[in-house]
Amino acid sequence: MTISLPALLSQLLLGLVNGSFYAILSLGLAVIFGLLNVINFAHGALFMLGAVLTWMAMEYLGVNYWVMLIAAPIVIGIFGVLIERLLLRWIYKLDHLYGLLLTLGLTLLIEGVFRSVYGVSGLPYDAPDALSSSTDLGFMVLPNYRAWVVVASLVICFATWFVIEKTRLGAYLRAGTENPRLVEAFGVNVPLMITLTYAFGCALAAFAGVLAAPVMQVSPLMGQNLIIVVFAVVVIGGMGSIMGAILTGLGLGVIEGFTKVFYPEASSTVVFVIMVIVLLIRPAGLFGKEK
Amino acid sequence: MNTKKISLIVYALLLVALVAAPFFGAYPVFVMKLMCFALFAAAFNLLLGFTGLLSFGHAAFLGGSAYVAGHAIKVWGLTPELGLIAGTLSGAFLGWIFGVLAIRRQGIYFAMITLALAQMMFFVALQAKFTGGEDGLQGVPRGKLFGLVDLSNDLTMYYVALVIVVAAFLLIVRTIHSPFGQVLKGIKENEPRALSLGYDVSRFKLLAFVISAALSGLAGSLKTLVLGFATLSDVHWTASGQVILMTLVGGLGTLSGPLVGSAVVVLLENKIGELGNLLARITTVDWFNTLGESVTMVTGLIFVICVLAFRKGIMGEIIAFIDRRRAK
Repeated sequence: MTISLPALLSQLLLGLVNGSFYAILSLGLAVIFGLLNVINFAHGALFMLGAVLTWMAMEYLGVNYWVMLIAAPIVIGIFGVLIERLLLRWIYKLDHLYGLLLTLGLTLLIEGVFRSVYGVSGLPYDAPDALSSSTDLGFMVLPNYRAWVVVASLVICFATWFVIEKTRLGAYLRAGTENPRLVEAFGVNVPLMITLTYAFGCALAAFAGVLAAPVMQVSPLMGQNLIIVVFAVVVIGGMGSIMGAILTGLGLGVIEGFTKVFYPEASSTVVFVIMVIVLLIRPAGLFGKEK
Repeated sequence: MNTKKISLIVYALLLVALVAAPFFGAYPVFVMKLMCFALFAAAFNLLLGFTGLLSFGHAAFLGGSAYVAGHAIKVWGLTPELGLIAGTLSGAFLGWIFGVLAIRRQGIYFAMITLALAQMMFFVALQAKFTGGEDGLQGVPRGKLFGLVDLSNDLTMYYVALVIVVAAFLLIVRTIHSPFGQVLKGIKENEPRALSLGYDVSRFKLLAFVISAALSGLAGSLKTLVLGFATLSDVHWTASGQVILMTLVGGLGTLSGPLVGSAVVVLLENKIGELGNLLARITTVDWFNTLGESVTMVTGLIFVICVLAFRKGIMGEIIAFIDRRRAK
């Protein structure tokens, strides 16, 4: 079997693109779970909303990609505030599984609404003009848009890491994750912090959705297969570490990309197989701590 | 009259109703499908309601066994009872694998792992040759039970299915009331305590998981036998979500809940189009006519309402109501 270097590199890039989505989504899941103790199943639906909103803005209002890259996360962030204030707030005292079930219901609801309007087929969305061409690097042709997705995702991921690990705001967040009652006793408005954290996680998902619009088929169902893979990513990485979530996401994307080259039949299952192996060898996950 | 007597009478009436149903215009195949889902939900509830483990991967057992049973009967030419046994065993085996892996992690991770493993099974079913991919496994003959009883007659099939489902349900009841079932309940209520009392919690969980998976496999195999086909929709994660919904709507941790819940959910999914048309006529809002195509939306809404306001489920509320009355 001979595989040309350009083909390999282009799959590597594609893997990095998918890995970027895994990284952003698992990062959001980890941040939300840390403070809310809720596994946000709706993350996939919010990702889809980000992409569909971008498509809708272009289709109905002629609003371009760059505006939506800022606007969609804000809109979905506000939507997240509503979800947290109106729904999630009532179930914090219950078993974790109710959080999963509630957000699962929300996912079905959101996807159902968009399915009844747009059906299940993909809606085409073109990459913005500035990025639609490719750059010839000599050893491979680099599609600019894909490169942009990877760079933008990395910037967002590391910015998030920096805020959480290195700033005062992040210190409050980490303290809230450890012991919310104590933090509240120090005069920090924990309920507000919870709302904003959830909104931020939602905004991250929407941001990934906007990035995905030109590279994936925009469709009401685009989030649901992704979210299950992201769950596997979270199990592999463990939710304890922000950097762990980023690295695991990117790494698995790359592995998946290479699998497409060497053994395409396994490309849709490779992440799950890795999950099984990790569970056998290191049950707490690569970056997780056994409680 | 005590609660036990009341519930015995209700179960007896239900059984009589099921025996008599085909003679009162009920479509046997539809009722059989309902029974399969009722068994599926009851098996699932054994795990969630009585052991406190949320499996988000039960579709793999339902759908996986459906394929195995279908393949065994159609291609290997096994008799129906052997096909059902093959399906049940494959469910148990798959359950053992899932269980061994998922029990290594606690709480919410358990749900995510089972979901991911089931998704892997979905892709396997999608790509494997013997499942027929997108078309599914079709044309599975019902054959002759023990080589004697011809099942191609819907009515014969109906009573055979009824006997199987009732027997499986009794097995679940027996399991729950056995000392083993009591330990499961103990694990659900307080796992560290069960552990400190010297119970090997992981083993109990694993055994409960395997039993639940085996019975889900039986439900899936029976469904294939009844309908004559196995499709991807049974292995899809939405089927796992559906069985959670059935159990939740009916009442977590109640024996009768899954039966009621599965009936409600299956009827809703089959009749929602008609319900939409009716609403459209009453309210003159045309949009309701499209309700039949938006089953997922309605399912999602029920999920949200159940979690927020109706966590005991239908039977849970009824039981709580009766208890309150008796307390007065």
